[in-house]
Amino acid sequence: MSKLVNSLEEAIKICGLEDGMTVSFHHHLRNGDFVLNDVMRAIDKLGFKNIKIAPSAIFPVHEPLVDLIKKGVVTEITTNYMSGPVAKAISEGIMDKPVIFHSHGGRPRAIENNEIKIDIAFIAAPTCDREGNMNGINGPSACGSLGYAYSDAMYANKVIAVTDNLVDYPATPISISQTEVDYVVQLNSIGDPKGIVSGTTQITRDPVGLTIARYASRVIEHSGLLKDGFSFQTGAGGASLATAFYLKKILKEKNIKGSFGLGGITGYMVNFLEEELFEGLLDVQCFDLAAIESLRENSNHQEISASFYANPSPKGCAVDNLDIVILGATEIDKFFNVNVHTDSNGYIIGGSGGHSDTAAGSKLCMIVAPLFRARLPIVVEKVHTITTPGETVDVLVTERGISVNPKNIMLKEKLVNAGLPIIDIQDLKEMAEKIAGKPNSIIVGDKTVGKVIYRDGTVLDIIKSVI
Amino acid sequence: MARIRRTMLFVPGNNPGMLFNGCVLGADSVIFDLEDAISLGEKDSARILVRNALETLNYNGTEIIIRINAINTSFWQKDLDMIIPKNPNIIMPPKIESKEDIIEIENYITKIEERDNLVKNEIKLIPLIESALGVENAFEIAKASSRVVALFLGAEDLTANLGAKRTVEGKEIFYSRSRVVIAAKAANIQAIDTPYTDINDEEGLIKDSKIAKDMGFDGKAAISPRHVEEINKIFTPSYEEIEYSRRVIEAIEKAEKEGKGVISLDGQMIDAPIVERAKYVISIFENVKGGRY
Repeated sequence: MSKLVNSLEEAIKICGLEDGMTVSFHHHLRNGDFVLNDVMRAIDKLGFKNIKIAPSAIFPVHEPLVDLIKKGVVTEITTNYMSGPVAKAISEGIMDKPVIFHSHGGRPRAIENNEIKIDIAFIAAPTCDREGNMNGINGPSACGSLGYAYSDAMYANKVIAVTDNLVDYPATPISISQTEVDYVVQLNSIGDPKGIVSGTTQITRDPVGLTIARYASRVIEHSGLLKDGFSFQTGAGGASLATAFYLKKILKEKNIKGSFGLGGITGYMVNFLEEELFEGLLDVQCFDLAAIESLRENSNHQEISASFYANPSPKGCAVDNLDIVILGATEIDKFFNVNVHTDSNGYIIGGSGGHSDTAAGSKLCMIVAPLFRARLPIVVEKVHTITTPGETVDVLVTERGISVNPKNIMLKEKLVNAGLPIIDIQDLKEMAEKIAGKPNSIIVGDKTVGKVIYRDGTVLDIIKSVI
Repeated sequence: MARIRRTMLFVPGNNPGMLFNGCVLGADSVIFDLEDAISLGEKDSARILVRNALETLNYNGTEIIIRINAINTSFWQKDLDMIIPKNPNIIMPPKIESKEDIIEIENYITKIEERDNLVKNEIKLIPLIESALGVENAFEIAKASSRVVALFLGAEDLTANLGAKRTVEGKEIFYSRSRVVIAAKAANIQAIDTPYTDINDEEGLIKDSKIAKDMGFDGKAAISPRHVEEINKIFTPSYEEIEYSRRVIEAIEKAEKEGKGVISLDGQMIDAPIVERAKYVISIFENVKGGRY
């Protein structure tokens, strides 16, 4: 029997979708993704209602979901991250049930434990053969690693590969194999390359961002962790990348070689690998073309699943072996709790992604952020939403001082001895408020629109509707 | 002990973001510019903005220098009228060519201090020397007032005045650099080198800064925040220099205890300038440690 099916509608019917079932997606095509919208349009056309969706993330491109929620086609969402019109509409309370927010490690844990029961997984496959062997590194919609899709492929009741690059059998290299795939659907296009990856990720030119990065690199230098075999993760944000830039200088000066770079991978991390500053890269998601190219060409650049990346299962995961992670924050409070879910008006603008996972797993979790963003202090009395518990955060690095979590006395001592500008987080908060004033607290509505689930499955916080 | 002035970062006086953040970019001193960076139509607004910044913001120990307009313009007195009462650390007058220039400015500042009952002589001067005449008169400028704490060499206007071509190697300013350093050191004040103007040429910046350091300059100006780190590194004593300075101090202390008049280290005689230099090196190290860049 051939797995090739002519259309999404046909595949949905064959898989036996029913009202109330759960469909899942991965987000490697990011803001260039066509698959979620195409599938949901087909589901709507077929007249299904009360569908639960479980995409690993939702982007602005997924705006059509707003109408599907209003029509009752989509009634529940489980995801790790949400931005754009869907996030705005959810914040305003258009859906009855709250969105369940997991982390990148919490999602595979929940899938493997059957807390998220996926009936049909739709897997965007940039290259695929007729049996469903697929990879993300080739094809017009190449996105690199398919890390977030592995658990869906392994645990969903039915798996549909959706591709725009159907190749002869076997489609090597194979990321997700035919043993997990039930059907294959070929479309003209599964994504817009412009939205999938950026051409090159560049470090910030903003002098304040560079100052933060310089301080962050010196915190790493004096942390005691910077020695042969160290491991490192940083995001694709300007200041995070700039920290990597300064860190590279330090590594070269001191002739230190790391073991692995982890996480969402950028061209910058690829440079570390190519200049032999790391032995390898563990890649759950590629952020730019250089990362995809490297994953394709370099055998020391290893694709990993989200479960391998960050699932807090007893078998262990990569973040548990991570020495240093650099993360951002929209807000941080005096207990070092970090918010990357909601903005200063209470609107949902993101989600944990791997934030809370890497913070928990790493030996040194550094938050880098400017002390002011759009004239608001970033250090607050209490964060609006807890994404990452303060007990897993070690240092806050701003352009006007570095605050060390009091639980980490040894680190504070090392940084003080290095002459870095260490300041108590309460004093940093007061300094910011002296300049910018104290922001009014956010007034929220009665409706719960989101639940933040920590990586271990416990409820960390709830998000209320905006007014 | 002289204040540490490894880097002086120029910030346009009409840029609120930079006036706000200038002090967090790692430079020892920040120069709020009312002169060349400000067009004629914006002189008033920049002056008001800088005054308000001085009034409102806390610069956390960063030295604040105001570059006023030249004394052959109609702006410099207005600049001082508005800025002096806000107690900046330093006034940097540009295009200084003689001791009379300094005296004219000093008298005007003193008048404002008396008028407003301010502490006298607290605000210091770093004259900008950027003409052939200025270079020739560098020593008398350095000695013109006790307010003068450093000489600042401005190579761009200078080479225009000389009719010389400004080059990356900087041979055309070698004499002027030497002359300014010698004048400053003879007057027991600091010498600050001209900025390196190619923002994207890090290699050139490092080379140029090393030349200035080796010639005796105490610091260098920067027109881009991106230059601050490298300049700081070069003007921060190396571990070898620090180690040597420590040994000099130890030898001095030991000799004093033993009542010896002549002191030697590694077979070389140590005299007063070497000791002074060693103390200065140690003070830089103790004050910056490594955290300021």
